[in-house]
Amino acid sequence: MIVHSMNRRQLLSWIGKTAGVSAMYQAMSSLGFAAESRPMSHLNFSGAPKGASVLILGAGLAGMAAAYELSQAGYKVKILEYNGRAGGRCWTLRGGDTFTELGGEKQTCEFSDGNYINPGPWRIPHDHHHVMEYCNKFGVALEPFCQLNYNAYLHSTQAFDGKPQRYRHVQADYQGYISEMLGKVVKQGALDDELTLEDRERLFESLRSFAALDENGAYKKSLETSMRRGFAIDPPGGLGPSTQYSEPLDRSALIQSELWEHIWKGQQLRHMSTIFQPVGGMDSIAKAFVQRVGQFIEYNAKVTHIDQSDTGVSATYTVNGEEKVASADWCVCTIPLSILGQIPMKVGTAMQMAIRAVPYDASIKIGLEFKRRFWEQDDTIYGGLSYTDLPISQISYPSSNFGSKGAGVLLGAYTYGPNAYEFTSLPPAQRIKQAVKYGAQIHPQYTEEFANGISVGWHRVPWTLGCYGMWTEETRKAHYENLCNIDGRIVLAGEHASYLPAWQEGALSSARDAIQRLHNEIVSTGA
Amino acid sequence: MNIKRLVSTAIVMCSAMVCVSVSAKEEPMFSSSGVFVQQEGENIYRALCQGCHMPNGEGAVGAGQYPALAENPKLGTPHYAIFMVSKGLGGMPAFSQMLTDEQIAEVVNFVRASFGNNHTDIITAKDVTPFSN
Ligand SMILES: Cc1cc2nc3c(=O)[nH]c(=O)nc-3n(C[C@H](O)[C@H](O)[C@H](O)COP(=O)(O)OP(=O)(O)OC[C@H]3O[C@@H](n4cnc5c(N)ncnc54)[C@H](O)[C@@H]3O)c2cc1C
Ligand code: HEC
Repeated sequence: MIVHSMNRRQLLSWIGKTAGVSAMYQAMSSLGFAAESRPMSHLNFSGAPKGASVLILGAGLAGMAAAYELSQAGYKVKILEYNGRAGGRCWTLRGGDTFTELGGEKQTCEFSDGNYINPGPWRIPHDHHHVMEYCNKFGVALEPFCQLNYNAYLHSTQAFDGKPQRYRHVQADYQGYISEMLGKVVKQGALDDELTLEDRERLFESLRSFAALDENGAYKKSLETSMRRGFAIDPPGGLGPSTQYSEPLDRSALIQSELWEHIWKGQQLRHMSTIFQPVGGMDSIAKAFVQRVGQFIEYNAKVTHIDQSDTGVSATYTVNGEEKVASADWCVCTIPLSILGQIPMKVGTAMQMAIRAVPYDASIKIGLEFKRRFWEQDDTIYGGLSYTDLPISQISYPSSNFGSKGAGVLLGAYTYGPNAYEFTSLPPAQRIKQAVKYGAQIHPQYTEEFANGISVGWHRVPWTLGCYGMWTEETRKAHYENLCNIDGRIVLAGEHASYLPAWQEGALSSARDAIQRLHNEIVSTGA
Repeated sequence: MNIKRLVSTAIVMCSAMVCVSVSAKEEPMFSSSGVFVQQEGENIYRALCQGCHMPNGEGAVGAGQYPALAENPKLGTPHYAIFMVSKGLGGMPAFSQMLTDEQIAEVVNFVRASFGNNHTDIITAKDVTPFSN
């Protein structure tokens, strides 16, 4: 084989010649480090030249926020959008909606009235200042998103004979046992060198308080521990059967179960309480923008070529097979990099290489409608998430309309990694079948109550070719600035041009940053 | 030994002892770690590549596109496909963390001999290693 006779350097140079320079720079895919979200920046658009025009490509949140702010400042704007709908990934599926994925499979959502699924963004952390401020400004009603539910399940096929465990049992017992053990370590003197006697005494007290340990530091069946993990028989009113405390899970089984892996999930910054969702579906945000910038959008416009000169920018696009050209003085391009990398665009090598260096992650979401809300009625689970080591990864229960009588919709799978690719590779009907089969291991009611389902495998989405742009530390270093810098008359914006990938906050903060820089450039060049 | 090697060793040992290879027509197989469980070229294609390149390698076109692998002259040499699968490019992610060198060789052999591509020269993990680490 020729391969054997090539060394690594020769290979790379061969690849450079064959697949393009940027191929050589492609780094391994893994999540980039996300930065802290910042307060919404103040925009200063003073001195906007009269009649200056900006062409915006893509009507996702980044494109629409750019259009909104620029038009408010007096710029003439136009947006070209591939879909017949604005919002991009900020999207909600309801009964009657259809989705045709790459490959041509068309799904029709059969949910009953009032039910929906957010196939993309679904959570708004309280510290996502840009999203929160636009929602507040536009009057988009928010309600709490139940992330953490102590009564939801943690499930492992490898632990507790595959029986799902309540989060509160795993959480209280894990906290209990580690505190008990640390208490023993303190008592046995293992920390004598590190802590003063006073510190050790206080630490021991804190462990008792933290985990409901008894006076000797033991975590065991008691009123106090049952007040954390729940009772075997709840306290009665009147003359019911008498209260029974519950028995903690076996310590070794718990440690071996790896269910502790899920405890921190609701504690991480981006999932902390309070966290929100728009009432009625995430697309309320998109709709609020459309009310304000809808008149600037040309729909069903597929951009195929982007050109620029010293005097302006032009984009070639097709609408129902007809080729058209839109021109403007400047351009804000929010087309996802997975697609932009395939569109001939007149920008320098640095930006081109940056665009080609960011692969898009895999993800699948599957919405399942059931004839009744058995999770509430039978399992006392109101909102929140159950986690599992099955390919579906998680089940999310609706955070609204608690106690309603009719059909309800669950998020029946939300997966990344190999399982996301595997689900995406299946025909839609198979995906639903598998999600129901696996979910039934946690909720046996699935089999009886299942009504219909719809799935979105993000690599099959024709207008993103993936879930979000996956940066690595290496690619950030090599390409991020080149991606964000203005090239002539073109600036890029969107989730991919931010340190908050896979969040709407990234899309909005990137758009505001990009248009401020563009405005400064416009004013300084006097053009 | 990095995690990938560890898992790959585990998978090789496992496949020698108990794991039965499942053909594309049976119940779909799901992986249980960050590395794909499928070992055979066609099974890897069905679990991974066809999500983008489609079941018959025909590719797909929307606002962007996935190139067809069917009758693709660029598959004449194995290097390009090995590189694409290992390192990725543009909208195609790198899979060297999710596939072992053996698996990459298997799936490259499969696409080079399928969908109207008739290249019968076989590559092995050794040919992949220079690209994948
Ligand atoms: C599964 C999933 C879960 C997520 N969860 C959350 C969450 O809980 N909270 C959160 O805040 N964020 C979440 N996100 C991230 C969030 O959806 C994105 O960060 C944000 O919506 C991106 O906005 P954007 O404007 O940058 O891109 P997009 O919304 O993708 O907009 C780009 C637009 O460009 C258009 N376009 C593409 N190609 C062309 C072309 N050739 N010509 C013309 N137009 C074109 C597209 O149709 C689209 O409308 C999630 C995303 C996914 C996929
Ligand atoms: C996430 C979607 C996705 C998956 C999964 C995927 N590919 Fe790709 N593939 C692409 C894209 C996008 C391109 C085009 C890359 C570019 O040049 O911009 C591509 C290009 C290729 C090419 C080069 C084709 C050409 O004409 O230049 C080969 C070969 C290839 N892929 C093989 C595979 C194999 C084999 C697998 C499975 C192991 C696979 N791909 C999985 C998206 C994918």
